[in-house]
Amino acid sequence: MARKKKISSFAVNNIKCYGLVILAFLVLMPLQSAGVLNNSVSGQLVPICAYVVMAISLNLTVGYLGELSLGHAGFMSVGAFTGVITAVALSQSVAAPELRLLVSIIVGGLFAGVAGLIIGIPVLRLKGDYLAIVTLAFGEIIKNIINCLYVGIDASGLHFSMKNTNELNLDAAGKVILNGPQGAVGITKIATFGAAILLILFALFIVLNLVHSKTGRAVSAIRDNRIAAESVGIGVTRYKLTAFIISAMLAGMAGALYAQNFSTVAAQKFDFNLSILILVFVVLGGMRNIFGSIIATAILYMLPELLRGIADYRMLIYAIILIAVMLLTNNMKVRAFIDTAMANIKGKLAGRKGGNS
Amino acid sequence: MNLLTNLINGIGLGSVYAIIALGYTMVYGIAKMLNFAHGDVIMVGAYMCFCATTYLNLPVPAAILIAMVVCTVLGVLIEGLAYKPLRRAGSLAVLITAIGVSYFLQNMALLIWGSAPKTFTSVVPFGAVSLFGGELIISWETIITVLANIVIMIGLALFTKMSRTGKAMRAVSEDKDAAELMGINVNKTISITFAIGSALAAIAGVLLCSSYPVLMPTTGSMPGIKAFTAAVFGGIGSIPGAMLGGLLLGIIEIFAKSYISTQLSDAIVFGVLIVVLLVKPTGLLGKKIAEKV
Amino acid sequence: MTKMVPLPSKSIVPERDAEHEPILETHRLGIDFGGLTAVDEVTLAIGRTEISGLIGPNGAGKTTVFNMLTNVYKPTRGDIMLDGKPTQGKSVAQVSRMGIARTFQNIRLFDQMSVLDNVKVGLHNDIHQSLLASVTHAFGFRKSEKEANERALEFLSFFNLDKFAYQKAGSLPYGEQRRLEIARALATEPKIILLDEPAAGMNPSETAELMENIRKIRDKYRIAVLLIEHDMSLVMNLCEGICVLDHGKVIAKGTPDEIKSNPKVIEAYLGKKKEK
Repeated sequence: MARKKKISSFAVNNIKCYGLVILAFLVLMPLQSAGVLNNSVSGQLVPICAYVVMAISLNLTVGYLGELSLGHAGFMSVGAFTGVITAVALSQSVAAPELRLLVSIIVGGLFAGVAGLIIGIPVLRLKGDYLAIVTLAFGEIIKNIINCLYVGIDASGLHFSMKNTNELNLDAAGKVILNGPQGAVGITKIATFGAAILLILFALFIVLNLVHSKTGRAVSAIRDNRIAAESVGIGVTRYKLTAFIISAMLAGMAGALYAQNFSTVAAQKFDFNLSILILVFVVLGGMRNIFGSIIATAILYMLPELLRGIADYRMLIYAIILIAVMLLTNNMKVRAFIDTAMANIKGKLAGRKGGNS
Repeated sequence: MNLLTNLINGIGLGSVYAIIALGYTMVYGIAKMLNFAHGDVIMVGAYMCFCATTYLNLPVPAAILIAMVVCTVLGVLIEGLAYKPLRRAGSLAVLITAIGVSYFLQNMALLIWGSAPKTFTSVVPFGAVSLFGGELIISWETIITVLANIVIMIGLALFTKMSRTGKAMRAVSEDKDAAELMGINVNKTISITFAIGSALAAIAGVLLCSSYPVLMPTTGSMPGIKAFTAAVFGGIGSIPGAMLGGLLLGIIEIFAKSYISTQLSDAIVFGVLIVVLLVKPTGLLGKKIAEKV
Repeated sequence: MTKMVPLPSKSIVPERDAEHEPILETHRLGIDFGGLTAVDEVTLAIGRTEISGLIGPNGAGKTTVFNMLTNVYKPTRGDIMLDGKPTQGKSVAQVSRMGIARTFQNIRLFDQMSVLDNVKVGLHNDIHQSLLASVTHAFGFRKSEKEANERALEFLSFFNLDKFAYQKAGSLPYGEQRRLEIARALATEPKIILLDEPAAGMNPSETAELMENIRKIRDKYRIAVLLIEHDMSLVMNLCEGICVLDHGKVIAKGTPDEIKSNPKVIEAYLGKKKEK
């Protein structure tokens, strides 16, 4: 009995997550192609999906691994720019945009994964707030470096410089891909809503499977009690790093998708505020609650749009909602109050029913 | 001479970071929380001073006093309304709430003062000191900032060592529960800490904008993050650590700007932070805490 | 290298007499904290299927010895040999894989995980599942999980915990948490298991059940048990060899009867008599 219950709860959660994403696609896709959605909404579909992937992947680090990362946007940035460079480099040789998008997302993910490895090795030795501040620092470093990076392409291949576009020494037919603080310019917009939905499903597949596996158990064990995890023979660094790298890879893939929804993207976009925004999605959606991450991302991303009617006050209201939700969900007294109120209401309802019958 | 100029500018900037970092470090030491809104309190302080001098034509000392009072009240309010109810909640909940407060302050400022940057008139009426026949020029802003920093440091050191409240603050930061058992009013002590930190933030805001006169709703955010970095750098929770971390950070930043690359200076600052934390995981002057098995 | 229990001993495990090699030996083990010597000159040998006890007044350094045996603390002096191999320089995880399992004085479970998963974490190094299988739930995933579930449930039913299998470990009652910790440690297939105050906070009937369980563990899995315990009736009834620690030093070693009549031990527990 108990066993059945357990398996079904895992399955139910999976169905909820996959189902929600597929449902969203089935509802929105016809609306988009029929042109019912206005341009601003239609243009937000891919970014929302990219943010959903970001939230799912950050939940792996913050929720399951239990390490507060404030630099998740950095990995998105790495994926975005390596992805764009890849897509431009392939524009001649690979005609099909879908294939180009796929390759660029994979390359973006791989580079972000490598960044995750390089950053993870030193960072994961630290704990708690120190780890948080160092991830923040790495995110800012990545932003800064890409801000100074110039990349171009011509017949002889890719050219890099840290100074300016002239230093790239491109030939006459050459093209600048990455132009320092202006970021990636002249991107071909090949990201589609369908591809974005597929990427979410992929991220769900990886994360939901991972957390219900040997690796996932090791990661959760390290979070719950590092010393006990070591005492049963789990190599802490290895599993922390595994989770961190997978999380970074998914963020990189989200970045590659995101960037190719716009014609220009600057590194400034992937700053610490974005990392914080994603963290807010994860926390409000619930730690280790992937379904919650998806819902929270969609709602909170749309909220400022929905509040557009009161344009000037919308971010202020957003802030107040954020604070209020945190206070309501985390304060013991408020919680106790809500619980008793709910119990009272239930009791009254039950009493009334009893009285009627 | 160039080297000396840079060093002095670095100390000037570092002094601002140090004053902000004090707010972070004191709050962290006592409430064990990252007060992300601290940087925005700086911004509020600068706007207050700006309004008092520009619109009300008040003299500078009065303007600074107003900024300090407003920030102190603001700090205590933020603590009481947003953080106090979460005293027993997880650190992540408090962090997100602090982020919410930060958003709130920035957007409030945006509503009141608009997004267009204001040009902050320096509170220091003098020009600059010229030494060695004009080879070494030090602005009075820098001198005042450094002096203010020194006065604040000495004042705080005396306060925490000598006064009853200061001792209570140290006790609470060592062990909240034990302090409570000894009859210390923990809530009051935490409020006072926020009050002091916020008053210092007002001073930091005024000094920062006197040297770098662009005032916007987001003005406090980056210096806030850097000062927080400085606090961690020096060992979060340690007052001398905040001083040392702030100064070093300022010097590194100015040197990186002059000798390596303006655009990469932030990357270098954060890079140094990472190296320091890897060598000494609790910061330069931080205490090592071993987990009991 | 004196063993706590002189061989041959009258034991319920017949093989023991044939196995003269100790499973765990320490030689003049010691550790200093900031210049102060916490534990010094601890020399022990524990037989392959022996149940032995480490006792002593509070602050004698018993848990510190456990922490050194598992390399949580690096000993300042001395050697530890597990099954003839030194554990020096190994990480905590590596020592666990070599065959030392432990429980903790202040219970350390994976609170947010299910009871079953706690034991499955204990089985970690025995589950053959690649990262690829973990991520895809294919490539032999089902088989490895099925095996892991079966074995974990076996351990749980051994400790009468199977009915709690899908509850969160953190929500278990205290006594069950202690038992789960032992089950998790056993799941690592150790050669010796170290129990740090396993009966703390238990009532007499739970303690009696625990004693029975510890004997069963030894008999079923043929492993050694070393336990720290303040409950003297448990120690005297269960342990075949006892080592007494006081102020970080071994003051007595021997069978329960020898320990009971040892004047040094009485002195350590009751204090020096005034007239002496």
